[in-house]
Amino acid sequence: MTKNEKLAGVIQKTGAFNCVECGKCTSLCPITRVNPDFAPRLMVVKAQAGNVDDILGSKDLWQCLTCGRCSQKCPYKVKYNDFVRALREMGREGGTVPGCSEGGLLRSAARLMARGDLPQKRLGWVGNDLKTAQKGDVLLFTGCAPYLSVIFGEKDPDVLNAPRAAVSILNKLGIVPVVGNGERCCGHDEYWTGDTETFGKLARLNIEWIKSTGASTVIVTCPECFRTLLKEYKKVDPSFDVDVLHISEFLADKLEDGKLQFNKEVKETITYHDGCRMGRHIGVIDEPRMLLEKVPGLKLVEMEASGEDTSCCGVSAFSGCDTFSKDIQVERLKEAKATGATAVLMFCPKCRIHFKCALKGKLSCAKEDVDVRIADFLEILDRAL
Amino acid sequence: MSGEGTENVAGGGNRMRILAFCCNWCSYAGADLAGVSRLQYPTDVRVIRVMCSGRIEPPLMVRPFELGADGVLVMGCHPGDCHYIGGNYQAEKNHKKASELLGMLGVGSERLRLEWVSAAEGPKFADVMRNFVENIRKMGPLGKTPAEGEGR
Repeated sequence: MTKNEKLAGVIQKTGAFNCVECGKCTSLCPITRVNPDFAPRLMVVKAQAGNVDDILGSKDLWQCLTCGRCSQKCPYKVKYNDFVRALREMGREGGTVPGCSEGGLLRSAARLMARGDLPQKRLGWVGNDLKTAQKGDVLLFTGCAPYLSVIFGEKDPDVLNAPRAAVSILNKLGIVPVVGNGERCCGHDEYWTGDTETFGKLARLNIEWIKSTGASTVIVTCPECFRTLLKEYKKVDPSFDVDVLHISEFLADKLEDGKLQFNKEVKETITYHDGCRMGRHIGVIDEPRMLLEKVPGLKLVEMEASGEDTSCCGVSAFSGCDTFSKDIQVERLKEAKATGATAVLMFCPKCRIHFKCALKGKLSCAKEDVDVRIADFLEILDRAL
Repeated sequence: MSGEGTENVAGGGNRMRILAFCCNWCSYAGADLAGVSRLQYPTDVRVIRVMCSGRIEPPLMVRPFELGADGVLVMGCHPGDCHYIGGNYQAEKNHKKASELLGMLGVGSERLRLEWVSAAEGPKFADVMRNFVENIRKMGPLGKTPAEGEGR
């Protein structure tokens, strides 16, 4: 199949054929706002015109954040995310690769995990106070947190607080979750940067491991892992039929049953950053808010862009970080600060790293405009239990 | 890497793939000295000259394993001797990060080593090579042994 035939297939499959060039995507795109040279509409127009090499060779291919803002408002329902992903897959075949930030260290780690013959030692964070199991009904998927804590330790020393808090909360509910060395990177970044081969390997290894633990429920803390396990793993292996729940859904259920009660007071005004995977791709929006409302003393104030209209943290799949990403991050932090909150909570460890990184660097605005604490959602919940 | 065809007699066919990043100012000159002094060391090591050991960042220490290396050596000037004043301190930091990561990944932090070899230490260079190669041979190739005839 030639490149042009492949491209025609992608256009058909993702609905890009229906594009009427109205430009809503471009007017909403967070990248276009800071980088006027980038336009999602232009990419579709170029594809329709058959300019394959122009698209696959351009830097724009890797700039898209796959945040989904464009498809959400597209009147003709062009699946822009799938469109970009398919083009990236084609780009990879032709030899163009994303300019990975951090030298692609996380990508290397994922590819080493995908070999499947190296016994990981990733459980160093499980302290004696936390109870975990090797087999059981409930499995906790902790994501790349142990690796992120090594790679980005200088930027965010608290990465591991999220899985620790998750185990601690589950323990307090009387659940001993399965946490194991057999877990691998979920493959989210490989999937979105078009490395389908590595993604497939990682997915199959994870599915095999999850099946071997006998778990029927998989609880996920990271929104990216959550989206990947929920939406993509079934496509890899249709026999993967466990319940994949985000921890906020799981806890909100317990809240309704009356099994979960927050007793301790946490006096703080906070705001919540949904992130694109949770807020827009999947739409787990109410559950985190239900939980926050029940914490005594905690006051939730909303940012302008929240829920399914949430904004992105500016970097996706570590496929590049530039001044545009920084601008997007600073904008978001300004928004958080403007609510009057002292902390902004989020689930995604990568969002947290990106925001903290933006605060550490040279700022394009006054420090007090963005001076807000970036904290993990589960940490606050654990404090209230 | 395959297809070189030279069987390593000392290794008894148990040939490893090892990369050694040597800094231009000390360790590479140390390698030269070992060479002109006719000191023997196993040929499993491929030496790559870099301007400074501090240039070898964690991704460059991890990536070789992804591409089929069994061991990685980073060699630089002794502390305080760096041609660029503090490059080797940076190398030390990078090494710490990368070995922690390799330990977690199951590659094993022992497969990555940082050594200081000066331009005057030809014998030490050969010693380090012999010792490291021996250790890696004991551990065997990374992961499952590949099928025969895969260029080892």
